[in-house]
Amino acid sequence: MLPFMGEVGNLAGGDNPSPEATTLSLDGKESLPTSPLPVTAVSSKPALRLSGISKRFGPLRANEAISFELKRGEIIALLGENGAGKTTLMNILFGHYVADEGTVEAFGKPLPPGDPRAALDAGIGMVHQHFTLADNMTVQENIALGTQSLWRMRLDRAAARRRIEQLSADFGLAVEPAATVSTLSVGERQRVEILKALYREARLLILDEPTAVLTPAETDALFRTLKLLVAKGLSIIFISHKLHEVMSVSDRVLVLRSGRLVGERETGSTDRKELAALMVGQEVKPAEVNPVKRGAPLLALERVSTTPYNGAGLDQVSLTLTAGEITGLAGVAGNGQAGLAALIAGIRRPTTGSISIAGREVADWSPRAALAHGVARIPEDRHAIGSIGDMSVTENVIGERYRSPRFSRMGFLNWRAARGFAEKLITDYEVKCPSPEARMRLLSGGNMQKLILGRALDPDPTVILASQPTRGLDVGAVAYVHRMLLEARDRGAAILLISEDLEEVLALSDRVIVMSKGRLSTPSSRGERSIRQLGELMAGHDGERGDHAA
Amino acid sequence: MDALEILFTASFWVAAIRIASPLIFATMGELICERAGVLNLGIEGIMTAGAFAGWFTVYSGGDLWAGVLVAAIVGAMFGLLHATLTVPLGLSQHVVGIGITLLATSLTYFTYRLALPEVTSPPKIEPFQPLPIPGLSSLPVIGEALFSQTPLTYLAFVSVAAVAWILYRTPIGLAVRAVGENPSAVEAQGISVTGIRTGAVAIGSALMAVGGAFLTTSAFNSFFFQMINGRGWICIALVVFGSWRPGKALIGAILFAAFDAFQVRLQQISGGIVPYQVFLMMPYALSILALILVARRATYPKALMIPYQKGER
Repeated sequence: MLPFMGEVGNLAGGDNPSPEATTLSLDGKESLPTSPLPVTAVSSKPALRLSGISKRFGPLRANEAISFELKRGEIIALLGENGAGKTTLMNILFGHYVADEGTVEAFGKPLPPGDPRAALDAGIGMVHQHFTLADNMTVQENIALGTQSLWRMRLDRAAARRRIEQLSADFGLAVEPAATVSTLSVGERQRVEILKALYREARLLILDEPTAVLTPAETDALFRTLKLLVAKGLSIIFISHKLHEVMSVSDRVLVLRSGRLVGERETGSTDRKELAALMVGQEVKPAEVNPVKRGAPLLALERVSTTPYNGAGLDQVSLTLTAGEITGLAGVAGNGQAGLAALIAGIRRPTTGSISIAGREVADWSPRAALAHGVARIPEDRHAIGSIGDMSVTENVIGERYRSPRFSRMGFLNWRAARGFAEKLITDYEVKCPSPEARMRLLSGGNMQKLILGRALDPDPTVILASQPTRGLDVGAVAYVHRMLLEARDRGAAILLISEDLEEVLALSDRVIVMSKGRLSTPSSRGERSIRQLGELMAGHDGERGDHAA
Repeated sequence: MDALEILFTASFWVAAIRIASPLIFATMGELICERAGVLNLGIEGIMTAGAFAGWFTVYSGGDLWAGVLVAAIVGAMFGLLHATLTVPLGLSQHVVGIGITLLATSLTYFTYRLALPEVTSPPKIEPFQPLPIPGLSSLPVIGEALFSQTPLTYLAFVSVAAVAWILYRTPIGLAVRAVGENPSAVEAQGISVTGIRTGAVAIGSALMAVGGAFLTTSAFNSFFFQMINGRGWICIALVVFGSWRPGKALIGAILFAAFDAFQVRLQQISGGIVPYQVFLMMPYALSILALILVARRATYPKALMIPYQKGER
């Protein structure tokens, strides 16, 4: 019988005082300690000590001589841009990767490298950025997986359920054990992941970008849970690139940059500005906006309606995009932004209404027509629509234009030109990628987005559709994307910026429109409406929404 | 005799259950493999090998049950070969499966020729005899159909209950299902994905081989070439038909067997007006129809046919 696979049935009792003891009862069944957490064990011994961890992937130095300690009952934030080496470090800690150099010590004992089971046994629980749950199985099955000896003839489901309910109640992690995971919201799935760790008596919890997928309300709930967990003696490593979250939840911040530990600060004695500078390596300046120089209308939608697409369909929408101007579209997700983006990108056709480019109506609207008319697209989901993960960078960057004489002649691809183009984008856009032959999915989100941006902007498009262009990107990459969009605007492109990040919309847009229930509000110029007024429009109560031309 | 009357005769149901038995074994075997995320297209060849191994053991003087055991071991060996190629090495499950079928079939025929170079007609053995269960076997129709079969048929039904129990009631079954849904979730819980998948394929293949052995030691009494005759492929369809659930797959197997038994009897009463090939085709046509109706909404194991490589993103 494996050491950690205990008899969960004995767990619900609650009278075993020692958190370390694993007793072997006479019938040969093991019993795990009853207290879910070692409340008594807060001592000066560190929960975790990393010494000189280094890891290389080919020429890439993912981690370089990283050392730090985590005290018991402490939340440290591991801050760094995408690709700074945060996830690699945690994967070493959890035994998914083996470090080239260095050692890990958990609760005073050295941890054997490359062994997830040893990490679990040592009380390390990891909540991955991409959840590791089996969707078609129940919450309870997911949590109980691997906690009972594989050779038992019967799965003790009643005991597992009792214990899950107990943990849910203790830590405010409400979730129904019998529910199938595929029916749960993202926030609930994350609670299941945390419960999974607690169920296995984790004393150290690693959360990899836990808020990337959460709504603000879910994020608040998660933070309350984390505070509760450390109050009960757990230690937490919180990985993030979001400064305000790091400031509000952590006790101490470690900053990683290009695989090195570049700074360590008590959260109380630092600020967002300092952390941002440490993270990026230089001061991050907000993008400078030149005065707007409007030109001719380039793309016009006239009373367009569509069928629903990832949310509401468009309802008699009229919109004109003008050269040299960024139009920002704000709104709560699902109110028709996806439909509008799909329409302009050519993925959807209108059921009624018309589309004109530079004053001339286009009858045959399709993705190819959109491209041919100079519409550049930065899709909302760079993994699902924006790129093909298992094809190379080169193949991806010519994906929209492989038919053009630049990249093919008489039906044969010109690989030399394609590769040259990929290399040019990699240099011009400062993309970190091993070679143009690398598979796209090996790139970090920010680097992938830079390539998509480069692919879209290279032909000098007249209309740019930017859907959630900075979602999930780190500070440096966000600033970069913003700068590129503003430069395109100054060159005379008409830009539609669709974003759920209101701050972003306000910072970049010359004109703001709010979308609600498939309709558009009247436009407001830069600074005309307050955030509150926009919020009211987003919530859908207003008196001024109309179907007039915006 | 009227066509519908056939359905109420005991002999029809006896035949249906007998025809279903090898399908049940092999379907359970395939189901275990697929639940663990491995499509085992070696099934046809593994059944052939099992049929021969079981028969040859008995022919060489072994006990009938020894024959079943040897068949299971031979099946497990081919399963291990399949698993080695598809699990740790992550090769294409389609290609490996077809390869295993060709290898196991040819190896079986070759061994048969080596062992029995002189024979022209297949030698016979003394197969399993019906074992009526006291009391139950005297029930009308059901008694004869279900409780007057050979021990191996009873074992087929037991295997369904066992597979269902293991999959849904035991920790290892939970691990098998999880490994077919999301292997990284299993790895993260400290369980070896390779171990679970390899074990599932080996056990599943052993069941397939026992299904093959049923044909030579219970349904018939000798081994001849081409005797599996596509039964393995039917079992793959039955797994889908059963939405990867043992109980539903059992119903599917019995249904298919009933069609098969029915068409044989229809041939006899149709008097040769309709070509017999039409009747032969019937169970397959009905299977396709049933698949269309039943299996369209089936939720298949998410990681089916996707090799898992540790540490890859």
